[in-house]
Amino acid sequence: MNQAIASSQPLNKVEICGLYKVYEETSSVAASGLMSDRHVLTDLNFAVPARSFTCFLGPSGCGKSTLLRIIAGFDTPSRGEVFVDGEAVHGPNPRHIFVFQDDGLFPWLTAQENIELGVRNIKDKEKRLELVLEYLEMVGLKGFGDYYPHELSGGMRRRAEVARALIANPDILFMDEPFGALDFVTRLQMREEMLNVHAMFPTTILFITHDIDEAIQLADQIVLFTERPTRVKEVLSLDYPHPRDFTKGELAVLRRHIYRTMGVHAAL
Amino acid sequence: MSLKGQGLQNWFAVRWSAFLLSFFTMALWEIAVRVFDVKPEHFPGVIQVLRGLWELIRDGRLLDYIVASLFRVTWGYLLAVALAVPLGIFLGTKPFWRRAVNPVIQFLRPISPLAWIPIALLWFGIGDNPAIFLIFLAVFFPMVVFTTSGVAGINPTYLYAASNFGITGHELYSRVIFQAALPEIITGLRITLGTAWLVIVAAEMIAVKNGLGYLIVDARNSLRMDQVIGGMLVIGCIGLLLDNLVRQLERLPSVRWKRLKQ
Repeated sequence: MNQAIASSQPLNKVEICGLYKVYEETSSVAASGLMSDRHVLTDLNFAVPARSFTCFLGPSGCGKSTLLRIIAGFDTPSRGEVFVDGEAVHGPNPRHIFVFQDDGLFPWLTAQENIELGVRNIKDKEKRLELVLEYLEMVGLKGFGDYYPHELSGGMRRRAEVARALIANPDILFMDEPFGALDFVTRLQMREEMLNVHAMFPTTILFITHDIDEAIQLADQIVLFTERPTRVKEVLSLDYPHPRDFTKGELAVLRRHIYRTMGVHAAL
Repeated sequence: MSLKGQGLQNWFAVRWSAFLLSFFTMALWEIAVRVFDVKPEHFPGVIQVLRGLWELIRDGRLLDYIVASLFRVTWGYLLAVALAVPLGIFLGTKPFWRRAVNPVIQFLRPISPLAWIPIALLWFGIGDNPAIFLIFLAVFFPMVVFTTSGVAGINPTYLYAASNFGITGHELYSRVIFQAALPEIITGLRITLGTAWLVIVAAEMIAVKNGLGYLIVDARNSLRMDQVIGGMLVIGCIGLLLDNLVRQLERLPSVRWKRLKQ
């Protein structure tokens, strides 16, 4: 698995080198018996190209979220290192914005106030407001700025959180199953919007999903994980134009391959 | 008809039936006292109770007593809240200290504030201070517990998001931790205000020469059952008003999210 971590490639945004995560047996997670394995992540080595849309694909509970939190600096590896732009990660960074699995918006702030958090560094109040309104409109929430998150639909909340992330002009965007809780159609719409976002803001996106079709439609690169103890099974490069039809040609072959790799033999 | 209109209609219906219910209860009370010929020194009727209250209103004692009781509750309550909320936030964010201090609080909390009366009198003498001290005790410990659990139970996602956007230091406490725990703090404020009102009446039966608690003891000593019951009615009404007052806080838009999520 070491072929991916050639640090001589300057195009890599994120590099994961020999990363392990082991939960202490005394931790509440291990004690609850839900996760009896102490080893969560085992010897991960791979790289994420700059400005790529990279999907982490793997079975539920395989530690994808843990890995993403480690790369974002919210958690620390037990062994190994994460490099961003060649520098080791030590803690969170306002240029590396995380979009959370469940609502990461602050429920006590309105949509507008939440998005404003992304431009905290801009001192000029009017300029800040102008930017916030622009981003509200961009994600289709014009006129909803004064609504509190609990007054918005699930899809609107996701959009607001994506706007809060984008307005910070992030270098890396982390998304931990951001559309998992949405209904099917809203999910498909959000997928489409994510592709537009990535075309407009070509930033590096690390996107967790356990939906194979979602990964195939979105990703420039898919990192496939095994079950626990989690290793990298395969790193796939997808150099196909959007929108993608995964029922035909090479993509259909690739899709069948991923389904088989993940233990499903009759790809639907 | 819009949903909002229905809500308003509903609100009036609820208020109206509550009013009718209390009116009928009082009517039933008066009738029962007359029909069964209950002696006024055992249980006076509504009309006699209202007359007794009118007497207290006319000579100005009722207003004086209400002000005295509210004064003591306000001071004890505010003092306790002002100390308990910061302590609760501290304990909520520091698991080590929480584990160290929690047994002490859980040990002191179930001791009724009334058990402190002898100590309160010994330390603070006669006057407002022992009563304020008792209110303080009744509010302080539960308020610490409410705040601590509110802060300790904050969804970690909010803390991750805060650190992601570089919110640190005092801003982390004022804009994130306090706000995230606010719904539970307000629940604590409401419950402890009720407790404070419960305790003030008992405290005033002993240490002071005015207040609603004193009114009841004084009326009993002069065999004025009408004024004893009148005093109870006033205490109940003020308790209801205080509760309604704090309930308004729960309606704040920046607080309602918690209840809607559950």
